[in-house]
Amino acid sequence: MSTATHSLPRTIGAHAILITYTAIALFPVILVVMNSFKSRAGIFGAPLTPPTPKTFDLIGYTTVFGQGDFFHYFQNSLVVTVASLFFVLLFGAMASFALSEYRFRGNTLMGLYLALGIMIPIRLGTVAILQLMVASGLVNTLTALILVYTAQGLPLAIFILSEFMKQVSNDLKNAGRIDGLSEYTIFFRLVLPLVRPAMATVAVFTMIPIWNDLWFPLILAPSEETKTVTLGAQLFLGQFVTNWNAILAALSLAILPVLILYVIFSRQLIRGITSGAVK
Amino acid sequence: MDTETMAAETRAKRPIRWHVGVFLAPAVLVYTAIMILPLFGTLQLSLFRNIEQSQVFVGFSNFRTLFGDPNWSVNFWNALRNNVWFFIIHMLVQNPIGILLAALLSSPKLRFTAFYRTAIFVPTILSFVIVGFAWKLILSPIWGVAPHLMDFVGLKSFFTPWLGKEQYALTALSLVSVWQFVGIPMMLIYAALLSIPDEVIEAAECDGVTGMAQFWKIKLPLILPSIGIISILTFVGNFNAFDLIYTAQGALAGPNYSTDILGTFLYRAFFGFQLQVGDPNMGAAIATIMFLIILAGVCVYLFLVQTRLRRYQF
Repeated sequence: MSTATHSLPRTIGAHAILITYTAIALFPVILVVMNSFKSRAGIFGAPLTPPTPKTFDLIGYTTVFGQGDFFHYFQNSLVVTVASLFFVLLFGAMASFALSEYRFRGNTLMGLYLALGIMIPIRLGTVAILQLMVASGLVNTLTALILVYTAQGLPLAIFILSEFMKQVSNDLKNAGRIDGLSEYTIFFRLVLPLVRPAMATVAVFTMIPIWNDLWFPLILAPSEETKTVTLGAQLFLGQFVTNWNAILAALSLAILPVLILYVIFSRQLIRGITSGAVK
Repeated sequence: MDTETMAAETRAKRPIRWHVGVFLAPAVLVYTAIMILPLFGTLQLSLFRNIEQSQVFVGFSNFRTLFGDPNWSVNFWNALRNNVWFFIIHMLVQNPIGILLAALLSSPKLRFTAFYRTAIFVPTILSFVIVGFAWKLILSPIWGVAPHLMDFVGLKSFFTPWLGKEQYALTALSLVSVWQFVGIPMMLIYAALLSIPDEVIEAAECDGVTGMAQFWKIKLPLILPSIGIISILTFVGNFNAFDLIYTAQGALAGPNYSTDILGTFLYRAFFGFQLQVGDPNMGAAIATIMFLIILAGVCVYLFLVQTRLRRYQF
């Protein structure tokens, strides 16, 4: 290693740029969370200082909890995300196992067909999806959302999982076959546990867009019963445009669960994105 | 699915392998029913028109309306122009910043890289609703955070309510979107830079190619395939965008439609807004145009860019 690549001025320069950008990335989040704990006077008087005993106020949070049915929305989001995730992972793993394990005519074609959805967004079919859901009476149900998100997540899941399925040792699977295990047992008992890290990566990738989606809840399930937290927050924010305490509190409440999950799973996510490199 | 029979033909000595079909069926069924069929259904709907309660085939008449009828075409061309600008900003700002950050992060022996990576990726995981509203508040002249900050660097006189001015609103929102998504190119380029074998770098160093020259001459050509991928991802994402504009400016994409892009235009045409009545057929026509634009982009990428850069396999 030459010394020129990490001389002191260069390192300081690199840190300076990275710190600046980190500040830009985090500033809005910190600003919102910080001000959500302040009184109205505090928010407008000194937006850039952390809450002091004088400006500390939870009025925003009490308004949010008093008005919106956030707990219910949160539950809806959770049901939709977990159910879609389950189906994406199960169906995706099954399909990618079939594609990578068995040779049959049309294999490549099937792979290409399933990969189409990575590039073409499902949103473009919305007009006909809505008609389909109206015809089958699924409008304003969580089932409609789960179906759409399952279809949306499958292409990428199959694409990524196929790569990993190919790496599972053939000897292991053949040993299983000699012992008389059925193909289903081989898949569920031998292969699935081995690709668990890849499944976790796919899970994180699939989860974020589903949780954050506004388009399909707005179109397929806008009723009070089925609102997701993203849609609920959007409508809530629209109603309370002038109540800054409530808005900042609602935003903070929407940020925190995602942020906590992210901090827990960030290693998995980043390893997933960079795993192409280690491959 | 014919896979069982096909499989049986190729290996006649084996019985029909039902399990292949069982493994494939759920994914293929859901994917076909919810994604592929509606996509084609939408393309088909764009050729019909609702006349006296029944769908009548009208050929390309909806598209003629979209391109020619001033009630539609003014908004359509405006949305398309705005969408192109939205994309250009992303390509010029988001991707270079992403590459710069990735190049810095991948420099050997730099400390705290895990922290930087995690922190810079935070905006990407946040919902558009949060991002749109948080920036709306920050840029709001009522709160005064933005002018206050600009005062620190002596630029206070340059502050205007960007989101409220026609000439700035779209650029401002594009930059907010860049802020949100810069983590993705950063991560993908970072991964590509890590995958460059040490021998290549060492060989370059032996030849005296270090620092900036090393980046431009050795690393950049090697990460070109990843730059191709992030470009097409940006393209597809941008021409399909909706949420950020909707949350920050509403379905009318104000001020005076200056931030209207194809996604918000589609939403208004499909559902109607205020005085305008929703029209599924026109919505389908707009979705078809978006489909063709994205398809064209993907084809250019697959056939022109990817074949020259190789490596990335389908």
